[in-house]
Amino acid sequence: MAIEIEKPSVGLSKVAVSETHGEDSPYFAGWKAYDENPYNESSNPSGVIQMGLAENQVSFDLLEKYLEEHSEASSWGEGAPGFRENALFQDYHGLKSFRQAMANFMEQIRGGRAKFDPDRIVLTAGATAANELLTFILADPGDALLVPTPYYPGFDRDLRWRTGVKIVPIHCDSSNNFQVTPEAMEAAYRCAESMNLKVRGILITNPSNPLGATIQRSVLEQILDFATNKNIHLVSDEIYSGSTFSSSEFISIAEVLETRGYKDSERVHIVYSLSKDLGLPGFRVGTIYSYNDKVVTTARRMSSFTLISSQTQHLLACMLSNKEFSENYIKTNRERLTWRYDMIINGLKNAGIECLKGNAGLFCWMNLSPLLEEPTRESELALWKVILNEVRLNISPGSSCHCSEPGWFRVCFANMSEQTLEVALGRIHKFMEQRRRN
Amino acid sequence: MGLLSRKATCNSHGQDSSYFLGWQEYEKNPYDEVKNPRGIIQMGLAENQLSFDLLESWLAKNPDAAGFKRDGQSIFKELALFQDYHGLPAFKKALVDFMAEIRGNKVTFDPNRIVLTAGATSANETLMFCLAEQGDAFLLPTPYYPGFDRDLKWRTGVEIVPIECSSSNRFQITASALEEAYEQAQRKNLRVKGVLVTNPSNPLGTTMTRDELDLLVNFITDKEIHLISDEIYSGTVFSSPVFVSIVEVLKDRNLENTQVWERVHIVYSLSKDLGLPGFRVGAIYSNDPIVVAAATKMSSFGLVSSQTQYLLSAMLSDKKFTKEYIAKNHKRLRKRQSKLVAGLEKAGIGCLESNAGLFCWVDMRHLLSSDTFEAEMELWKRIVYDVKLNISPGSSCHCSEPGWFRVCFANMSEDTLTLAMQRLKSFVGSTASNDRSHQEMKNSRRKFRTKWVFRLSFQSFHDREQDER
Repeated sequence: MAIEIEKPSVGLSKVAVSETHGEDSPYFAGWKAYDENPYNESSNPSGVIQMGLAENQVSFDLLEKYLEEHSEASSWGEGAPGFRENALFQDYHGLKSFRQAMANFMEQIRGGRAKFDPDRIVLTAGATAANELLTFILADPGDALLVPTPYYPGFDRDLRWRTGVKIVPIHCDSSNNFQVTPEAMEAAYRCAESMNLKVRGILITNPSNPLGATIQRSVLEQILDFATNKNIHLVSDEIYSGSTFSSSEFISIAEVLETRGYKDSERVHIVYSLSKDLGLPGFRVGTIYSYNDKVVTTARRMSSFTLISSQTQHLLACMLSNKEFSENYIKTNRERLTWRYDMIINGLKNAGIECLKGNAGLFCWMNLSPLLEEPTRESELALWKVILNEVRLNISPGSSCHCSEPGWFRVCFANMSEQTLEVALGRIHKFMEQRRRN
Repeated sequence: MGLLSRKATCNSHGQDSSYFLGWQEYEKNPYDEVKNPRGIIQMGLAENQLSFDLLESWLAKNPDAAGFKRDGQSIFKELALFQDYHGLPAFKKALVDFMAEIRGNKVTFDPNRIVLTAGATSANETLMFCLAEQGDAFLLPTPYYPGFDRDLKWRTGVEIVPIECSSSNRFQITASALEEAYEQAQRKNLRVKGVLVTNPSNPLGTTMTRDELDLLVNFITDKEIHLISDEIYSGTVFSSPVFVSIVEVLKDRNLENTQVWERVHIVYSLSKDLGLPGFRVGAIYSNDPIVVAAATKMSSFGLVSSQTQYLLSAMLSDKKFTKEYIAKNHKRLRKRQSKLVAGLEKAGIGCLESNAGLFCWVDMRHLLSSDTFEAEMELWKRIVYDVKLNISPGSSCHCSEPGWFRVCFANMSEDTLTLAMQRLKSFVGSTASNDRSHQEMKNSRRKFRTKWVFRLSFQSFHDREQDER
């Protein structure tokens, strides 16, 4: 819903009427098209299939089984003895048992290769809140954060809207699989300088959204060195860390710090969430893990504006403290995501479409540049509209992710049933065949 | 390593450090009926612990609500995936109905105009972001909830200019006080964007009169500014006068669908009325569609857990339950408040006559050694360290008159309240009867000052801040 106003409404702030919330971009327009004509296997088989939503729906049965076997997690036990205490608990330190469980879970995901101290965990209502909060703490209005492209469109709102902070892109391209390079980081830094912007930090997403790939250790080292040389912060958004197809391929920034003996680690902050790995976006569970004491203290205070419901903290503390559950979940979830990924990659390949080699996440990064009339953003958007309106698939155009190379699209594969994915692949196949014939 | 932002380093999350000293002392030595009967009794926490049994019995009878089930069927997946910032429709409907019920159904609310936020803390901050620029000002009547200094100012850069109220007229807002505050803002070169009132008032425990509300409507009309009415205690009005909400006044004055109607915004929460501060359920209600739209998007930064939205939608849709709850809760609060008032009376201490809230605004001016805030602080420290009661000094609420204290009554058992009153009575008795004690008081003041200075140098008590109203 675009807010069309010619002059600001009397008495509202600039922030309220600005468009920095970004909701007029194609990313959201596709969503609307889906809302108006959603695919349903039986009632609307020709509807739009939602492939623009990075949700993890492949492992709910595991969660539901746990809940069935452990009703005390959701009902506070017989006669609700813990209810009062839980209902009153609004301490911004967060439930100790939950922080402990989160720290353990984060360690398990990283195969025990990094340790996390529960007292460094700050809880927030989702990673959306965590990223905004960190930005408030690390930068002043008018300052800049460097973010490698392509990046999650929501960052435009989360990092900039209310904070007044700017994003300066670190341009990456397909010549080296969109990896960050020291040259690209340097160029972005100089670009910021030329605009008189003070760079306060670099924010990476690892595994990457929308690339669906983990960042290599050598690149992480380069990024950390760059941050150190410029004396700026490094935020590593690792919300997809549990969605890697193979445990050993994901290297967390925490591991790099561990190898360096945590030297100079006060500039590093990790963001995590249970929205992707556990498929619980509705429960609003995010965290900031910082190696900087002052950031931890300040973030904790600021989290007052975005606390996690104690009811939810209690539920998840029970669930994630159960080692049997968490180990099995991580393993099984990985296997299922890998299966889905293979399915979509093969399906696309059969249709003559290549994707970036991925190893994580809930989506693949598809290359449709050969189909573009011209290597331009306009051509990409035109193609996107065709896919939305004719093929009836909502996928995310690379331009909404600030990709500097036109023709790439993010396609989600974990937010639907296998049958639906088959249908989607069938439609793509048909579309590609038609194009070849024309 | 790079420096942090000005917001992070300024330490102006606005919290008065002395206020939390009492909290810290309580944490070190908390009263327990059995284990620590000589410990400090917490009377600085505006929690409602009187009606949990009603909630617990409802939960026992309705296991589906917490069990992610609807009519026996699991809706876990649906809830787990639900992150729509428009909120669960069933919950918004139940919430606005509850809000209407609290107001005697004299007004109705449209579920499409309500925005859910993680607590009123988030709601108030979000409204600031929507209504004001950095450096603008909001006018607030004193005394006010200390947390506003953080919630309204910290990340938003908005300023608070006080509307000074005094005991001469029971701390009611006057036209001259409003004007004076507005002029003060102008003198400071601050653009006033609105007025924020808490009704019923924290810390006064009183509901605003119709005259005050009329005054506010006139003022914001005249100045073309906003009015935020924080009504989080609206469900705690336990005796007359009946609660009059700002929306009722607008309706009665036929101001619906006018410009001023669009500039009035309500904040609500279930933390006080239902006693569920941990669940983080707050709301903004506005008749300005642009405010609703902007606040809705901003709520992304503080959504209410869908698990919690579902539980409460089931609970609040049960009209039989809400009717019983509201009535019983009032009754219990009234009884408790009377007990506190009577206990204070026995100690020769009066308080502002109140009809709402979870606390009383207590008058200890006669116990001050001088009519100063220093004397108030001395008295407060004695009450914390000697009487062993943690109560909130008026200065932390920006009260312009020394000697007033907020004393909570709904966050403890009845026996604990009785004990607290006995301690207070003994304290007052011993202070009044003994002349020699005057010298002792001087000595102990010196001791406290030293202790006080020493404690100020601790970094650690900054860590003990809590969200409490």
